[in-house]
Amino acid sequence: MKKYKSLRIGKSGAISFLIDKKALLTILILIAVAIILFLVSTGLGEMKIDPITVVKTLFGYGTRMEQLVVTSFRLPRIIIAFLVGMALAAAGSILQGMIRNPLASPDILGITGGASVAVVAFLAVFSNSSNALTVSVKWMPVAAFLGATVIAFLVYILAWKNGVTPIRLVLIGIGVSALTQALTTTFMVMGPIYQASQANIWITGTVNGSTWANVHILSPVVLILLILCIMLARNLNIQELGEELATGVGSAVQKQRFILLLAATALTGSAVAFAGGIGFVGLMAPHMARRLVGSAFGALLPTAALLGGILVMLADLIGRTVFSPIEVPAGVFTAAIGAPYFIYLLYKSRNS
Amino acid sequence: MVLKSKQAKVTGLIIGIIMLLFSMCASIVYGYTDTSWKMAYETFTTFNGSNEHIIIETIRLPRALIAASVGASLGIAGALMQALTKNPLASPGIFGVNAGAGFFIVAAVSIFSINSLQAFTWVAFVGAAFAAFLVYFIGSLGREGLTPMKLTLAGAAMAAMFSSFTQGLLVIDEMALDQVLFWLAGSIQGRKLEMLTSVLPYLGVAWIASLLLANKINILSMGEDVAKGLGQRTGTVKLLTAITIILLAGGAVAVAGPIGFIGIVIPHLVRALVGNDHRWILPFCGILGGILLLIADISARYIVMPEEVPVGVMTALIGTPFFIYVARKGFRKA
Repeated sequence: MKKYKSLRIGKSGAISFLIDKKALLTILILIAVAIILFLVSTGLGEMKIDPITVVKTLFGYGTRMEQLVVTSFRLPRIIIAFLVGMALAAAGSILQGMIRNPLASPDILGITGGASVAVVAFLAVFSNSSNALTVSVKWMPVAAFLGATVIAFLVYILAWKNGVTPIRLVLIGIGVSALTQALTTTFMVMGPIYQASQANIWITGTVNGSTWANVHILSPVVLILLILCIMLARNLNIQELGEELATGVGSAVQKQRFILLLAATALTGSAVAFAGGIGFVGLMAPHMARRLVGSAFGALLPTAALLGGILVMLADLIGRTVFSPIEVPAGVFTAAIGAPYFIYLLYKSRNS
Repeated sequence: MVLKSKQAKVTGLIIGIIMLLFSMCASIVYGYTDTSWKMAYETFTTFNGSNEHIIIETIRLPRALIAASVGASLGIAGALMQALTKNPLASPGIFGVNAGAGFFIVAAVSIFSINSLQAFTWVAFVGAAFAAFLVYFIGSLGREGLTPMKLTLAGAAMAAMFSSFTQGLLVIDEMALDQVLFWLAGSIQGRKLEMLTSVLPYLGVAWIASLLLANKINILSMGEDVAKGLGQRTGTVKLLTAITIILLAGGAVAVAGPIGFIGIVIPHLVRALVGNDHRWILPFCGILGGILLLIADISARYIVMPEEVPVGVMTALIGTPFFIYVARKGFRKA
């Protein structure tokens, strides 16, 4: 029985993949789940629309009211939720593979924290005495992305000492994220309270208020990065064997580490820029994916990405329906699911 | 080790105490409202009810006392944690103890509408204890037991979890945000003397307990097997140390909110000064911790005059470079 099917592109197989049949099936099932959740989520809310009508509406056959609710209010945020989840989960998988520690995630490395500082600083610097922003709020994601990148590089540079070891990267990340937290609180305390609560919602992570413009920016970025990551997967497979072995089989360990970190940062940065610090997705999704398809990254990355997308969509769905009319940020639910899962993981892996 | 002989250490301790008192006086005198050393002296001898005198008595004095005792507690707690976990990066902030206490306080305010100071203290204690045990438990799962790396990661993850929940609660309940934001920032500004007096008994007990435990900790830090071989009941010692840490960290966080990094910076400095004997480390940590927090607090008043930076931010600014230095140096040498 053949478990794998090989796929070669180009004359001498310049790009080649081994396709794991079971993983392929899992991925297809997950895509189906994502689509169903997408339709259900679009239908639920203040105004309930059944999934079939949702499909009709998507193709332009709904009533005007349905069109408005679906296309203007719900679709953008649900798409953003899915994209953000995918980005965070992929970043998490890369970091876990690279650092070779199942507990690594973008939050722990301080990347999310850097973005938070940038956003709160942005709110504090560009608002006038009457609490109105003096520049367009569109620039906020840019600030977040810059913050994430700056902190990621800072962590990388500080962890550099004849190369970067994963443990140092994590420790420095933890230290730097404590600093970013302190700075975030300063800006919040010094600004007006309205702004503090705005910033707080953002830090917790929410996809509320997403627009089509956001979707147009985020979707190409995430898709391109994801494809790049899948192409990098084979490097990641080798990295996971450990530094000595990877060097031994002829892999440029430090260079690849840098590229992988760059990819993870870009993914996290763009996700955080649009949805704030949705936590634990980057930690949780890769683990679930590993359970499903094993730890070869070619299969793991897409599976984790899909799972991440599903998780954030689900968290957003719960957040905006269960406690209606109050809207609870999606980040609260990802933490609520993620933290116990994290403990369970540690408990399960206690003897391995 | 700078101070080698016993006399040098005693002298160092005395100089430390004098510097601590001096920093307390400086904390009373310097700030936004102009006061002089003479005025401070007169407040305690011939109180005349003027604005400056009232400020000194009701704001500056409690603040100086709180800074000194919170700083001392955090310094000692850090030293104890590092000894107990054999992890040079251990401290209340990194281990999620602060975040746990923060979450419990926010939950108490927003769900149970608690807002008395006494209750705050207890809630913070419970939160700190809960978080500490959780992190310790999670960190020690697994065959190789409690490794520094696992403990640090577990702490960071738990801290992330607690702060997510805290933020979630605050988003739902904006009123609570208004009430607790000042607390969450980690500040000793505007705290009343009663807040200190309500936790001072616990802190005092813990200070004394830590000094009594010092000798036992020396033995324990030689390694679990050696300590057992020497006839120590390591379980009991560990438990007592853990309780002391919780009293110190919980008490400090109850008064001042999460103030990070003192617990990392101070023990390292002190070890460089006096070596590895906890009978000396712990008192030095207390004194230097107090001085550091006092100085951080005074400088926090001057950075963005007339506003104030929360002192937690100041300690983070001072402490992060230090943390990075320790992390780069690696685990083995420490």
